[in-house]
Amino acid sequence: MANPKIMASARTLTSEGLGERLGLFLLITPAILWLGLLVILPHVEIGILSLSQRIAARVYTIGFGNYFEFLSEPIYWHTFARTALLSILVTAITLVISFPVALYIAKFAVGKSKPILFLMCLIPFWASELVRTLGWMMLLREAGVVSFLLQWAGIAGKPVEMLYSDGSLVLGLVYGGMLFMIVPLTNALESLENAQIEAGYDLGGTNFTVLRKIIIPHAMPGIVAGAIIVFMLTVGNFVTPVMLGGKNGLWFTEQIYSQFITRFNWPQGSAFGFMLLLLSTGIVWLGLRLTGQGFSETLRRT
Amino acid sequence: MSDIADLSLIAVTKRFGGIAAVDAVDFEVAQGEFFSILGPSGCGKTTLMRMIAGFESPTSGDIRIRGVSMLAVPANKRPVNMVFQSLALFPMMSVGENIGYGLACAGVSGPEAAERIARILDRVGLSGFGPRAVTQLSGGQRQRVAIARCLVLEPTLVLLDEPLGALDLKLREHMKIELKQLQSAFNTTFMYITHDQSEALVMSDRVAVMNKGRFEQVGTPRELYHNPKTSFVAGFVGDANIWSGSAAGAIAGGTRLKLATGAEVTGMGTGIDDGVRAYLRPEAIALAGSLDELSALPNRFPGTVSTVLFDGAASTLVIDAAGFPPLRATLPQAGPLAGIEAGAAVAFGFTPEALKIFPA
Repeated sequence: MANPKIMASARTLTSEGLGERLGLFLLITPAILWLGLLVILPHVEIGILSLSQRIAARVYTIGFGNYFEFLSEPIYWHTFARTALLSILVTAITLVISFPVALYIAKFAVGKSKPILFLMCLIPFWASELVRTLGWMMLLREAGVVSFLLQWAGIAGKPVEMLYSDGSLVLGLVYGGMLFMIVPLTNALESLENAQIEAGYDLGGTNFTVLRKIIIPHAMPGIVAGAIIVFMLTVGNFVTPVMLGGKNGLWFTEQIYSQFITRFNWPQGSAFGFMLLLLSTGIVWLGLRLTGQGFSETLRRT
Repeated sequence: MSDIADLSLIAVTKRFGGIAAVDAVDFEVAQGEFFSILGPSGCGKTTLMRMIAGFESPTSGDIRIRGVSMLAVPANKRPVNMVFQSLALFPMMSVGENIGYGLACAGVSGPEAAERIARILDRVGLSGFGPRAVTQLSGGQRQRVAIARCLVLEPTLVLLDEPLGALDLKLREHMKIELKQLQSAFNTTFMYITHDQSEALVMSDRVAVMNKGRFEQVGTPRELYHNPKTSFVAGFVGDANIWSGSAAGAIAGGTRLKLATGAEVTGMGTGIDDGVRAYLRPEAIALAGSLDELSALPNRFPGTVSTVLFDGAASTLVIDAAGFPPLRATLPQAGPLAGIEAGAAVAFGFTPEALKIFPA
């Protein structure tokens, strides 16, 4: 019998082995280019930029001054904490609203209604985020549809302004995040065998027991994946907070925007950008720890 | 044993659209009985079982457990537990948690639940398996967990929906015996549905043969095998040579039958008209080297062996004979003909009682 180790090492020296390596190299090149040019390089640049402090015109030193500035100015970290808390709230509301929708699509819809329902969730996303947000503005503004209906029904005596508040902001963000919650949830729930749900009832479970002990644990990877996506999108959202949020309802991305564009203070903007990255990474990590899910496990199962 | 049956169905009908999946089915299952419903796929047996479990409600009729109507009782309140075809063990729970789930639903927890879980695991031969993940178990062990999960709740009735279907042949043979033993050890009423006649015949006290939403016949496995009441039962339960022909008239001790292929034989049957079907079990055919040896049998014919199908104790011969379609006969491996080869001349015969004739 030939020694397989020798055979294997001999093969890498042949042209066939070289061809395999070249093939692998070509296959992973786009991924490496994408990661390198679009993810790592800009972040290295922003990281370096965030550490440079201006001490005089066109004179910079390296230091953590931009980060100290973030901590010493209450408006900055207030906005930061607000963005974090509201994003968690938005993620939670999105989950609560999307779960029954996903459960219905995955387990109760039969025949043709299933793809149709799925399509109905998808359709709004054919329009740009800007247009969708404008749609909400038409509904919620003082002279908008909801205000008119409330007056017509006699519930409100005068035009009601529902825009530019935290309420309208959360509403818009939840709406924007729902699809990204429904898709992974539906996927996760579809793989749940009907017999498992039936067994849950058969052994004496109530609706609540079956949901808590069988359906939710099974959907956990989908819940975590959806929550991560929605949270990331919400934290980094810019259009919706600008258009639907109130004047004193700043979103942290607006701070970054104003540093870069309004004030031309790129180092400060970069420091804020890094803080946002740390925030989302930290909260996602915490979320995974709290739910006992592994990151790679979640990615693998959805 | 009480006088009231554990389960009684009264004229239970289930229609889907215009089609009756279950059509006016009546039966009773006594306490401690192993009752099977045997039928081909699509015969309505699964619908029937789901109605008893409470996942479907009958269009009409009544389902009673120990005399109490279950129609208004939801699935999670019925004293009935089901072993699913896929077993439906909860993969995110350990073996102990799977068994404890039903107890927790019933409000049993803490040390009492732990003790009952340990006791049931011991009784199904899985002591100490409580902390294991269900994914670590073998097929047979998973089966036992699924049954333990039901039995721990001490239900009046356990429903089993072809739970052996996914197992390989050897394990299935083994589990048949094990299921029967578990059932008699717990003395719980089992209702088993299957399309596999061997499972039904081996395990059951009584079997109902179901076809097109109706019960064709209910009886002990022996009754079904030896005295089928309908053509369907005769063909579905056990192996048979099936011949079509026409009745040529009654004689003393039987009915004369002319086969479509030409031969005339004597069999037994009632309500026979022109078109009939006749069923003859392969093991009911006596084989001999010459016709003289079979002189006691009214039906005896010469033929030649066309194929020998050797399968140990289940070996059969395919015989060509004038006036008959190719005919299968069991070849006893202990008899004088054990070594017979294809092409050899052989005589075969059978009693009129062995040939069951039914209207086609």
